[in-house]
Amino acid sequence: MELEETIRPLKNGEKPGESKPLELVIEPRRALKTNFRELWSYRELFYFFAWRDIKVRYKQTAFGAAWAIFQPFVTMVVFTVFFNRVAGIKSGVIPYAVFSYTGLLFWNFFSNALLGCSNSMVSMQSVITKIYFPRVIAPFSATIVNVVDFGFAFLIYAGLLVYYRITPGILGVLLFLPMLFLAFIAATGLGLFFAAVNVRYRDVRFITPFLISTFLFLTPVIYPVSMVPARFRWILYLNPMTGVIQTVRNSTLGEGAIQWGMLSISVASAVCALVVGLIYFRRQERSFADYI
Amino acid sequence: MKPIIEVAGLSKSYVISHQPKADYGSLRDDITSLLRRPFQPHITQGSNRETLWALKDVSFEVQQGGIFGVIGGNGAGKSTLLKILSRITGPTEGRAVLRGRVGSLLEVGTGFHPELTGRENIFLNGAILGMRKQEIEKRFDEIVAFSEIERFLDTPVKFYSSGMYVRLAFAVAAHLEPDVLIVDEVLSVGDARFQKKSLGKMGDAATSGATVLLVSHNMASIESLCTRAMLLERGRLVKIGETTEVIKEYLSIASTIASQNLADRTDRQGSGRLRFTGVSLRSGESGQRSDTAQCGQDLEFVASFTSTGNLKQVNPSMAVYAPSGQCLVVLDSEMAGVSLDSVPRSGHFSCRIERLPLAPGQYYLNLFCMERGEIVDWVQNAATFTVEAGDFFGTGKLPSSGHGGLLVPQAWSCNASEGDSFISNEVAPG
Repeated sequence: MELEETIRPLKNGEKPGESKPLELVIEPRRALKTNFRELWSYRELFYFFAWRDIKVRYKQTAFGAAWAIFQPFVTMVVFTVFFNRVAGIKSGVIPYAVFSYTGLLFWNFFSNALLGCSNSMVSMQSVITKIYFPRVIAPFSATIVNVVDFGFAFLIYAGLLVYYRITPGILGVLLFLPMLFLAFIAATGLGLFFAAVNVRYRDVRFITPFLISTFLFLTPVIYPVSMVPARFRWILYLNPMTGVIQTVRNSTLGEGAIQWGMLSISVASAVCALVVGLIYFRRQERSFADYI
Repeated sequence: MKPIIEVAGLSKSYVISHQPKADYGSLRDDITSLLRRPFQPHITQGSNRETLWALKDVSFEVQQGGIFGVIGGNGAGKSTLLKILSRITGPTEGRAVLRGRVGSLLEVGTGFHPELTGRENIFLNGAILGMRKQEIEKRFDEIVAFSEIERFLDTPVKFYSSGMYVRLAFAVAAHLEPDVLIVDEVLSVGDARFQKKSLGKMGDAATSGATVLLVSHNMASIESLCTRAMLLERGRLVKIGETTEVIKEYLSIASTIASQNLADRTDRQGSGRLRFTGVSLRSGESGQRSDTAQCGQDLEFVASFTSTGNLKQVNPSMAVYAPSGQCLVVLDSEMAGVSLDSVPRSGHFSCRIERLPLAPGQYYLNLFCMERGEIVDWVQNAATFTVEAGDFFGTGKLPSSGHGGLLVPQAWSCNASEGDSFISNEVAPG
């Protein structure tokens, strides 16, 4: 399926304006060709979907966007009391509150984006069966609202840095957004895959929350990577969120040097997830309306 | 000039499973079936899977301009065709070329969000339908005026009445200005006045060079809007051409009536000296049998029978029932002053009526026959038949469904009371 714009010289006897410049050819799809021009032409719809999610997110709630701040903050307090004070997990030079909040900030973004992305096709069911648009824009636009939430949660993070008088390193400032982007890639990669599976198998509805709660413990949100024996650490870094959280802690909070080698494992695995997710999604895309 | 829509050999198949299964496939089902038959190819083959062609080898062309109708019974493939042409789903085989900007309207208000205001939904819905933000802004005032909901523009649509909701949704859709517009059944929503306004808008688009592909069950609107149409039947293209011809073909397709094995039915009463063996409808000129009729059509109800041959003073009758069980029409030979003094051993009674006064819908037919005051055969629900919308009043209008089952020719006028100097006038002949 492609949208071709053909510009050609006029044939004999043809009047200008008589030829239709736009020709839409519908055929069974054989190759996984991506029409970037078409995607670009749908950028406004991408924006409108994201805008709708943001507008609707905190409608009919009494506290509105305060929830985006309240949730990670309370979790941080609970973690600090139980894991740090009671269970005695040590976070080294960084105060545990900042330590765990750094993890939660990115982890919450990742888990919410993954959930939103996985449900994006099913929640747009009524639109998908009624109108065409490049399906791939929906899972991506579904994560934009999580970026906004991240922004709110970041305010607390900034507040904590000020409170504990921590001056982020220059690398930390530079790497902060790239790390958010890495989390975004990991979330959308997995999310695209789950979104496509979800169309046929609603089992995904049970798998994703379970995965997220399990992976919270396989990601160094609560504990430092240093608690894991050095020779097994690379396994932890296969989880892109380990790379994200640990790099931010290293660079911003000045807890040790950045583990570039380990970070590259995380980057590779996130990119892998995105490529696999995209290919799988694109292969299934055309039959979504038949199975959803 | 090239046709604006060109379709060649378009087919779409679905693999259906005969296994009783939940609506959603469950991962477990597929994994267990994979484990049970590890050496067989998955999905395909297997006695319980069957390929169903929702659309098979459909080819046609539509020239630019005007409204082109697509008709057919349930499961004929109309929706599948529209879904392929609007790119919601892909074809299995074949190819379609659409020349120009394509807009599709398979539902009004696609993507409306209840929490968003009317104003916000205009933008969201417009973008979903394929309008640019700039275009929506440019036509915003027009859309609002058309929808007649100015006062509630900043109210979330969840507080709208269904009428307001539909008006707003339609207003957005009506301002979509594509070269090809694909429309499904959406005309059946909203109140009659607003429907007319929307149809007018669509007609305007068609006369200004746009091409509209319209699917509808409503023969009256197809008949009054479309110059050309096509008929689909079980996934295949049966006829394409002048709308009146295509509709005629649709109505006369002889489908087997529910009473085919009427002779075998045992749930009947009477002496049995005469037994009804079948019933059918015969329409107007063609005399073809079918189980569908059209409002306003001249129609013949035909009941065939076998008898012992020596019957006297026979009075057959038929009654038309609504699905609610209410008897609407009785066709009784005694009432009509006809008494048959002899009947053949095998033959048929027929009763002809002019301008079928039934509104579109499904009806049931009871058959009854008396001989000298004694019941000889009585079959309830002997047949069902469908009445399709037709132009009974010559205005293209019919009562909205649920508002009256019988159609009566009518003439309206308005006169002044005595002493009022008002020139009386005929308002609308019907």
